[in-house]
This record gives sequence, structure tokens and C-alpha cells, in this order.
Amino acid sequence: MSVSVKRESLEAMRTFDLATTPLRELNSALHTISPGANDTNFEVVNPRGSHSVAVGIDQPVVVDVHGSVGYYCAGMNDGGNVTVHGSAGPGVAENMMSGTVVIEGDASQYAGATGRGGLLVIKGNAASRCGISMKGIDIVVHGNIGHMSAFMGQSGHLVVLGNAGEALGDSIYEAKLFVRGEVKSLGADCIQKDMKPKHLKLLADLLEKAGVTDVKPEEFKRYGSARKLYNFNIDNAEAY
Amino acid sequence: MCGIVGLFLKDKSLEPKLGAMLSDMLVTMTDRGPDSAGIAIYGAPSDGRAKLTVQSSEPSVDFAGLEALLKPVDSSVTVELKSTHAVIETDAKQASDVRELLSQERPGVRVMGSGDSVEIYKEVGLPKDVVSRFGIREMGGTHGIGHTRMATESAVTTLGAHPFSTGADQCLVHNGSLSNHNNLRRELVREGMTFETQNDSEVAAAYLTAEMAKGKDLGQALTGALDDLDGFFTFVVGTKSGFGVVRDPIACKPAVMAETEQYIAFGSEYRALVNLPGIENARVWEPEPATVYFWKHEKAA
Repeated sequence: MSVSVKRESLEAMRTFDLATTPLRELNSALHTISPGANDTNFEVVNPRGSHSVAVGIDQPVVVDVHGSVGYYCAGMNDGGNVTVHGSAGPGVAENMMSGTVVIEGDASQYAGATGRGGLLVIKGNAASRCGISMKGIDIVVHGNIGHMSAFMGQSGHLVVLGNAGEALGDSIYEAKLFVRGEVKSLGADCIQKDMKPKHLKLLADLLEKAGVTDVKPEEFKRYGSARKLYNFNIDNAEAY
Repeated sequence: MCGIVGLFLKDKSLEPKLGAMLSDMLVTMTDRGPDSAGIAIYGAPSDGRAKLTVQSSEPSVDFAGLEALLKPVDSSVTVELKSTHAVIETDAKQASDVRELLSQERPGVRVMGSGDSVEIYKEVGLPKDVVSRFGIREMGGTHGIGHTRMATESAVTTLGAHPFSTGADQCLVHNGSLSNHNNLRRELVREGMTFETQNDSEVAAAYLTAEMAKGKDLGQALTGALDDLDGFFTFVVGTKSGFGVVRDPIACKPAVMAETEQYIAFGSEYRALVNLPGIENARVWEPEPATVYFWKHEKAA
């Protein structure tokens, strides 16, 4: 019967009001989901800039946060699908392993830092050090990113529909960077590279995954490592 | 770590609540620095009057009979005692004479701030205790800044707390740590500046004071600070007409701003701003690194 189905789905959605409920109750609930459980939809209201909202998720839960969050939201996410209907403070989705994190507003410093997998979508702007030391995460920023982004990026992809700040990709390893707008400056050992058909295909897939429909891969430039700083070589001394 | 808050009111109807709003913002930032706290409040200046906020570690001795002591120099002088601080209001023309007499007769008294409109209060302890000790919640005003400290570079003392006065109606709060403050202090001492503490932020305040004494305005002095100060900083400076913000080029010390029709607010974190009216619809953004910002009341500008 349709009525009872509707009731079931309502019961399955658990709401945490952080104005009246300690954060630890939310995070404990997220950490005690057993594999295969079906009560995996969570709603968080009144986050009011709280730190560490929905950190350490290790099951395919769906979390909708209504409002802006503070430090480290969705940190270490492994398989969760977290949407922040607001802006995020420093370190959102830091060290993400897998899953999806979507920020409807802006993100502060070091969004997606050290992330090893999953997809981080920022619909506004990201501040400095976006994707610093990224190790496999895919990051798509609809707006601009700040300085020192993708510093020492090892793998994964950073896609920026707007502009990038100073020292993009400083000391970068094998992370691939795609920027549609201006790059204020490139960091040490980061260079512009040819956009080959395989890169266009890769970028088209990333844009599709991130729900970007009105932008073509051909509008981007690709940046990556000149690979002069991997091992010390006296001939490359001036690249440092 | 440290926490900074700032609030600049555009809507005059909020002015009686400035102290209460700023206090709430500061108390929210307690876990960024529980060592000591301070606040600078700018009220409407009254014509021809000057204010001096002073502090003593022995208020019962230093502030005893203070008004009577100063009356011979300025018959209009008033002294309002607030815990370890006192606000001395004088005829603007007599202000320097009053200050001179004060330093001669009560050498234990330290000047926290001076000018037409600023009052500066700071003490060791939790922000909630510091704001209640000085009755900050009951104070009105046009704008103000506050700081809660997690000490890194010098001892936890009243004089090591922020804000630091940088001149008449000017003060500075700092989140960060400077790495060239010892060298810069030596240079400033050679130029004639005096220091009360080993604190790095006091050096930044003295640097700004010294640069302005050479003829720079506050904006130029802050731009100079970007070249001359080495280390981490988010500075908020209070001025008679408003406040300014500058972050070092690396900008790892946090800063978030919010603007509505009613106010412009600064917080080290968004948490500090969430109780402000209409914050849901405010424009919220981060100030850019190595960029000097100012917001001021047009009339006073």
C-alpha cells in the first residue's frame, strides 16, 4: 500500500537538530550503521558553523546538512553522500576515501586536502590550498580557487570552472589540473600541458559526474608536473 | 590559535546592543583561546571631550581618590571605575596634562587606550568572565573589536592580552605569530618606542604606531606591514570611524566576514556570526590574502 510505503520512508529519514542535540549523537549514529542497513538517510539542521559534522562516515549513507558548517565537515568520508546546503569551513572532506561531498555554497581553506578518492563538488568558490596534497580525490569547483591549490598533488583531478590563484600546483606530482579561467601564476615545477583526446574524455566524465552541463571540456587548459623535482638533480636546481 | 571578532553597525537602532552582540560573538570563540580576552568599544564621541582607559594591577591603591587627584588640572574630569580598569574623561585640551600628572602620581597605572571614542578593556581569564567583569554587555557603541587569546609567543598577562593601542582611537588585535618580532622590536626601541611585554603582537602595534608617526596613514602602515612583518597574521584594527582587516600572504589564519543592511561583521569562524540578526541572508566571504580592507562610517571618515 502506498500509504505505508510513504510512512516507512519518513521513518527512515533521521533528523538531527544541532541546536538541541550534541554533535556526537549525530556522528555516533553515522558510525553505527551496519552493512546493508536501510535507515541510511540523515538530515542535519542548525549546524551553525559546527566543526566535524558527519566525519568518519564508513557506510553509503546520505546526509543532507541544511546550513553552513565549520572545520572538517565530512572528513575521512568513505562511501557517504554528504550535501551541505550552505558553505563549509576549513578542511571540508579532508582525506576523503570514497563517496561524494557536495557544497552548495563556498568552501574555506584546504578543501579536499590529502583526499585519496571520491568526488568533492564545490558549487561556489574554494579558498586557498584547495586539494593540497591530493592523492586520488576528484575535486570540481564551479567558481574560483585560491592560492597554493593542489600543492604537492600526487594523483586525482582538480577541475576549476573559474580562475585559480597564485602558485597553482606547486611541487606537483601526478595530479591533473584543469582550469577554465585565468591562472594567476603556476607554482614550481607546474606547467601547462596539451589537452589530448583522452584528457577531453576524462574531463567530460568528471563534469558529468559533477552535474556540470553547460560547459565544454574544450574550454579548459590542462596543467601538470614538469617532473623536474621528483629526485634531486643538480641540473634542475633552478626549478626549486 | 586565538579568536577575533569585529562588528561595525550600519543600523543605528542596533547601537545600544553593540556590547551584548560583540560579547556573544567573543564568548563563542572561547575555545580558540581561553587565556585572556579583550574588547575595544567605540561609542559616539562628545565634542571637546577625551577618553583615557587605564588599568592597574592594584586598582584599590592606584584608583583611590583618582578623580580628586586630577581635578586641579581639569575641573571637568570624571573617573568611572570598572574592576581593574578606569575610564577617565577629560576636556580634550587638558588630556595631555591629565595624562602627565597620572604618570607622575600613579606610576603603576597603564594606559590601555586613548582618544575621543575608544574604550579598551582586557584581562586574563575566560571571555565570559572578562566581559562580565567590565560590564561589556551593557555598553552601546557604533563599532568594536574583540580578541580571545591562546598565548604562543609570550606570557599570559593582562598587558599581553589584546587589543593593543596603536594611537589615538586606534587599536590592533592579532591572530597568528610573528617570527621577526625580536629583531623588529630592537629596531623600534632604537627609534624610541617603548615596550611593556615580550609579546609579538605588541611589536606589530608599535610598528604601526611608528610608521604612522612618520606620516603614513593607517592603510599605508598596514600595507607596509605586509613587507616588514614576517610570520602569520590576521590583523583587525579598530579606528575611530570603523575597522580594517589584513591577512598575511599565506593567509592560514582564518577570517570570515558577513555583511547585511544592518552591519558588517568579522569572525575567526562562522560560528561567531551565527547569532547576528539576518545572518541567513548575509553576504558571507573570506577576506583575500595580502589585501588591506577598511570599513568606516561615512560621516566620521
